[in-house]
Amino acid sequence: MSKNHPNYVSTTNACKLCRPLGACLAFKGIEGTVPYLHGSQGCATYMRRYIISHYNEPIDIASSSLSEKHAVYGGGPNLKLGLTNVAEKYRPRMIGIATTCLTETIGDDVGMYLQEYAKDTAGSKGLPDIVNVSTPSYAGTHMEGFHGAIDQVIEQMAEGGPQNRTVNLLPGFVSSADYRLLREIMDDFGLDCTMLPDLSDTMDGPAMLEYEKVPAGGTPLAAIKAMGRSRATIEFGRTLGRKGSGGFRLRKKFNIDDHRLGMPIGIEETDRFFDLLCSLSGRPVPEKYVAERGRLVDAYVDGHKYVFGKKAIIYGEEDLVVGMSAFLAEIGIFPILCASGGTSGRLAEAIAAVTADILPRQPEIHEGMDFFDISEMAETLAPDLIVGHSKGYPLARKLNIPLIRVGFPIHDRVGGQRILHLGYSGAQRLFDTVTNAVIAKKQADSRVGYSYM
Amino acid sequence: MEAVALKERENQIYIKGETPFNIVCDKDSLAGAVSQRACVFCGSRVVLYPIADALHLVHGPIGCAVYTWDIRGALSSGPELHRLSFSTDLQEMDVIFGGEKKLRQALLELIDRHNPKAAFVYSTCIVGIIGDDLEAICRQVEREKGIPVIPVKSEGFKGNKRAGYQAACDAMFRLIGTGETSSISKFSLNILGDFNLAGEIWMIREYYERMGIEVVANITGDGRVDDIRRAHGAALNVVQCSGSTMQLANMMEEQYGVPSMRVSYFGVEDMSEALYDIARFFKKKFPGDREADAIMERTTALVKEEVRNLMPGLEKYRKALAGKKAAIYVGGSFKAFSLVKAFRLVDMEVVLVGSQTGTEEDYRELEAITDPGTIIVDDSNPLELTSFLKEKGVDIFVGGVKERPIAYKLGIGFCDHNHERKEILAGFEGMLNFAREVYSSVMSPVWRFVPRAKSME
Repeated sequence: MSKNHPNYVSTTNACKLCRPLGACLAFKGIEGTVPYLHGSQGCATYMRRYIISHYNEPIDIASSSLSEKHAVYGGGPNLKLGLTNVAEKYRPRMIGIATTCLTETIGDDVGMYLQEYAKDTAGSKGLPDIVNVSTPSYAGTHMEGFHGAIDQVIEQMAEGGPQNRTVNLLPGFVSSADYRLLREIMDDFGLDCTMLPDLSDTMDGPAMLEYEKVPAGGTPLAAIKAMGRSRATIEFGRTLGRKGSGGFRLRKKFNIDDHRLGMPIGIEETDRFFDLLCSLSGRPVPEKYVAERGRLVDAYVDGHKYVFGKKAIIYGEEDLVVGMSAFLAEIGIFPILCASGGTSGRLAEAIAAVTADILPRQPEIHEGMDFFDISEMAETLAPDLIVGHSKGYPLARKLNIPLIRVGFPIHDRVGGQRILHLGYSGAQRLFDTVTNAVIAKKQADSRVGYSYM
Repeated sequence: MEAVALKERENQIYIKGETPFNIVCDKDSLAGAVSQRACVFCGSRVVLYPIADALHLVHGPIGCAVYTWDIRGALSSGPELHRLSFSTDLQEMDVIFGGEKKLRQALLELIDRHNPKAAFVYSTCIVGIIGDDLEAICRQVEREKGIPVIPVKSEGFKGNKRAGYQAACDAMFRLIGTGETSSISKFSLNILGDFNLAGEIWMIREYYERMGIEVVANITGDGRVDDIRRAHGAALNVVQCSGSTMQLANMMEEQYGVPSMRVSYFGVEDMSEALYDIARFFKKKFPGDREADAIMERTTALVKEEVRNLMPGLEKYRKALAGKKAAIYVGGSFKAFSLVKAFRLVDMEVVLVGSQTGTEEDYRELEAITDPGTIIVDDSNPLELTSFLKEKGVDIFVGGVKERPIAYKLGIGFCDHNHERKEILAGFEGMLNFAREVYSSVMSPVWRFVPRAKSME
């Protein structure tokens, strides 16, 4: 870590979200699941608003709507009442409960309440499965919430048994378009795959005639239950530790081979992913992807001069920052500051692992950053572009440089859920976007205003 | 129709004309019902948010601050401190050992950095639980830094959004009465409950200036601490969005004798009526006063001119929209009254109207101004709303961000009428914008592709 890291007590314009939000998103990628926050009403409403503004999709998050007396006497009765109401009105297959800072602080024992609830409702038919995850907002970010939820879904639902041919894929938090692509890739390799979660349909669905209480899609519950019998797990996330890693849990509990990769962003990281798929499937890379990769390399060559030597600030979730650093480095852009609100302790190491053979020196890499810190450092770093979600827009505007929108949230453009980051096709889209942004900036700033490059 | 309301919620829904008026409201949201409501903190935050030269520090874990970062389209003509999201970002150790020290340091750091005119410190859920003494810390820092440092008692679980409005009013009330008022005109007022979305308060202020009335304080759109400190010197409080700031007006009336009136700036009818009411107030207060008479004359001229400018433009929209059906679900019910009237002005039919936080009196008034068969609902949720929308064959739904995807998913037009919007919808000009907004959604050709279009063929 560098000496320049600003060290303020206060946080201004955070570069992270709270932990329960991540858990809600993860639960949304599971078949028939309604996320449920055990806390006061505001949390659910705020998170719904925040998520809706990115996806433009309905997202119903239930709440136990605790009030003052529950905070004093415990939230158990309201938790149970809420579960019954959600079960009755939504008829979900599963309810995913995440705690909040309120219920963690008053010491509600959700596990115990759920045991009581199971006893109370024993014999009732059509009750949903219930999974709960502890997500105190005062520890970690939305990514700990996301991974934590996935880990607990596996812990509480996956069962062992005779091994089958399935490969588990745990991609972490990517766009709906990315999940869709991953499904397609696994399919093209002929691999049976359980991808957890899967937000491709649940958070990017078609216009409907009837309102679906719980949108179709998501990882099938039956497949999740069978995850303990898969022959391998692929998990994306170079900054992910053992704790909160579904892959590690599956290995420990069911002895399943666990392959950890970075998010496949850019050619090199995607190659690593495809190499693994070749070895797992025993097949060569399907022709379609060979052609995609070929076109991508051709595009890199065609556009390389426009971007070479440009300096970029990258911010956001740690694993996305790692992937974007790998991609930018391989097209000749220098990441000069890689920043995240997360604090895995592994960000610098992960970025070095994917960029050290290209970059002459490592960028400034900082965890626990907010946008005040990033802006302050940006003043001396003089970047040419910044790469991240919508909340960096004020910085881009101040510096009068392009913002390349990736990740979550995209609140100032349509189609955030359709941004493709992964694979060769994602790299193609990113490359065109980045290169054109650099060209457009030069064009706009030019006195002449050429209509050719 | 399948029963869409949970049994416990049935008495919060009323269909006009079916039975004598009866609706239950102002109760806690039902667990598991996916209420569209927020919390106490949200109520306080949105009301105080537009005070642009104050520091707004959220004391708690990061979520509460980050979800309210720059979310309100409340513009400022000067400083923009309100658009930053400040938090103490409490961590596990702070929760265990208390967050007072961190709060104090954060406050000192931020006050030194930004030189605000005042600081508001918001409590969040866990601050209420771990028992940090906000009052004491604020008092200390206030002494040290020489600016008002005001705790806002907005622990999320201590009620709903309305309790948050109260906490915000309590916080502002501490500022009022501390400024110099000797130079204030006897024809003066404070604007309460307008948040300067898209610059609306500038337009409203201009109306008042044209009438010859001095505006002392904007509460809170484009608000300034020093203006609020002298707000007690105004002759009148003009309260819009009564839910959020009526309490403040009441407290000011009690302590400083400033009378208040409720108005709405939305729709031609209510906007005109607001200006006339104010002119009448001064005529009555200063009988025979030449200037008071002149204010009335200028008001009449203003309304005439504005309406004359507006009507031809509005006619085009009225022709296209007449007979279309509208549904309304908004935060405060006062806005709903105006929306009902505004739709009527363009000959549209309102078939559903509801709010998150209406009072019984509000719903009674809604019942009085709506047509038979209209559904009136308190604290609704997505499942209820979708079934109402479908049942009534709605063409346009007016609501906030959380309602938008519900409408769109079903292939129904939508008009954003909450605090994130970027269009002026208040005033005379706003009526035209509103009609244009409704028109540009209802008349879009995209609806021919949605499944609903086929089903209606």
